[in-house]
Amino acid sequence: MSFPWAEHYTPKHPVMQWMDEKLPLPRLVYNAVGAGYPVPRNLNYFWNFGVLAGLALMIQIVTGVIMAMHYGANDLVAFATVEQTMRDVNSGWLMRYAHANGASFFFIVVYLHIFRGLFYGSYKAPREMVWLLGLVIFLLMMATAFMGYVLPWGQMSYWGAKVITGLFGAIPVVGEPIQTWLLGGFAPGNASLNRFFSLHFLLPFVIAGVIILHIWALHIPGSSNPTGVEVKGPQDTVPFHPYYTAKDGFGAGVFLILFSIMLFYAPNYLGHPDNYIEANPLSTPAHIVPEWYFWPFYAILRAFTVDFFFVPAKLLGVLAMFASILLLFFLPWLDNSPVRSGNYRPTFKKFFWILVADVLILGYCGGAPAEEPYVMISQVAAAYYFAHFLIVLPLIARFEKPLPLPGSITESVLNRYNIKGEEDALPGMGADPQPSTAG
Amino acid sequence: MRRRDFINIAAVSFAGMGAVAVVVPLIDQMNPSADVLALASTEVDLSAIQPGQAIKTTFRSQPLFVRHLTPKEIAEADKVDVATLRDPQTLEERTVDGKKQWLITMGVCTHLGCVPLGAGEGENRGEYGGYFCPCHGSSYDTAARIRKGPAPKNLEVPEFKFTSDTAILVG
Repeated sequence: MSFPWAEHYTPKHPVMQWMDEKLPLPRLVYNAVGAGYPVPRNLNYFWNFGVLAGLALMIQIVTGVIMAMHYGANDLVAFATVEQTMRDVNSGWLMRYAHANGASFFFIVVYLHIFRGLFYGSYKAPREMVWLLGLVIFLLMMATAFMGYVLPWGQMSYWGAKVITGLFGAIPVVGEPIQTWLLGGFAPGNASLNRFFSLHFLLPFVIAGVIILHIWALHIPGSSNPTGVEVKGPQDTVPFHPYYTAKDGFGAGVFLILFSIMLFYAPNYLGHPDNYIEANPLSTPAHIVPEWYFWPFYAILRAFTVDFFFVPAKLLGVLAMFASILLLFFLPWLDNSPVRSGNYRPTFKKFFWILVADVLILGYCGGAPAEEPYVMISQVAAAYYFAHFLIVLPLIARFEKPLPLPGSITESVLNRYNIKGEEDALPGMGADPQPSTAG
Repeated sequence: MRRRDFINIAAVSFAGMGAVAVVVPLIDQMNPSADVLALASTEVDLSAIQPGQAIKTTFRSQPLFVRHLTPKEIAEADKVDVATLRDPQTLEERTVDGKKQWLITMGVCTHLGCVPLGAGEGENRGEYGGYFCPCHGSSYDTAARIRKGPAPKNLEVPEFKFTSDTAILVG
């Protein structure tokens, strides 16, 4: 699908014509990320992070497949083979550091991508499915990252696996059998390590599959934009190639520079020294923490310290942690303001930044030890997190008076640069106010 | 019902049952294998453990504390008013009838799963003389009941039985 004014793919070379008749793959690429895909002309740099997330996934798959060539998924040798990769394998240190830091950078760009969507209302109709599929990708990423962190079989790997699978143990009656089933034993062991390796290899390809669905669903209405006003005519769009391939290319360059700085100058900054000690079931690290990208959720988990009626605190924490993500699946229906972009929603905008601060505070508390004042702060922050989505957003949608929206994307662009009159001169204005959904 | 519908429903149901039958082993293979289950119980010889001593062994890959209480430690545990405890249990409820001096518990702190101190020679036993978790300062008494600190429950007593006067089978 595309807008009716999209450029048509017309192969000139006989080989490409032959190819187009047999397998129109170049046509698909042209229409998806080439000149045949019209995109709003006003996208800012926050629209780079989808492509950057794709780039991060590619880095993870390439370095991961290479890591697997040198890894032994057995609890007796796993730790040693990772160290061997670091010391003996040619460029092994580069592959492992790129893979470990690549995971962090993947989460950084995905979190920015998610908050972009939250601010600009990208989750709203007609893009709900894009948002839902994105959340599925996010859940798959978290499962993949967790299992990947177990593979080096260090102390944090082992105890992280124990704590996280222990979450399932908090479920009444079926919890412990589920935990035993997940681990293939009564504590993390060789069986757990092997299945985590198998699934850690599989899931990135599942993610790639869901990304295809995510992009497919996106391309039906087309990208949103910073005004949140839908495309009304050809003057509102530019072809993806070369305009956004160039813009994304620039973003990718910045991303790779920052990634390289981390990779070459502080490769262990985001890791834990305890994970360079081999897993030992009889000795616990003093301070068990997950990787930084799980900290906000870990803080919500630990915020529950008191039993409520007959529900134990631990189970409440587990339910709240899962609820904090499942809640996001209902967001398109919780925030039913017809205005998408936060730029035209003064009250929403303030609460958006409160949410950002709230999640950062949760993240900080999740990485801190489980003691006061962090527990109390997590409790307040976790309460706000849920209130934001369940109470604040529905109320804002109801009572807020949005600012006047620009008549079109083009109008907002021209007003920004105080250009008058160009709009009238543009051809096709008003000829086809709604994009056709045919094709 | 038409003959065609019957055949249709019967065929699809039969295929569905077949699909379920295939899924069962696919799921069950993730349960603990025979070699893991073979190690699911642990025998402990108690004959060498003197009163006041404790040993640290493993049960299902997790630490297990086996402690021979002294009469003084038993008296201290019995003296406590159970109603004041966070997780109310008497020493009797946590040991086998007539063998109150043998306190068998998991060495896993009920707070966040650390291994408490107190089973090894000369280790800090905390202010209640039982076990002390160095991670977040939970103190357990001589019946391994939680007395102070963040842990919500007493140290877990696994299922075990005496196979003779000086040997137990855990699990």
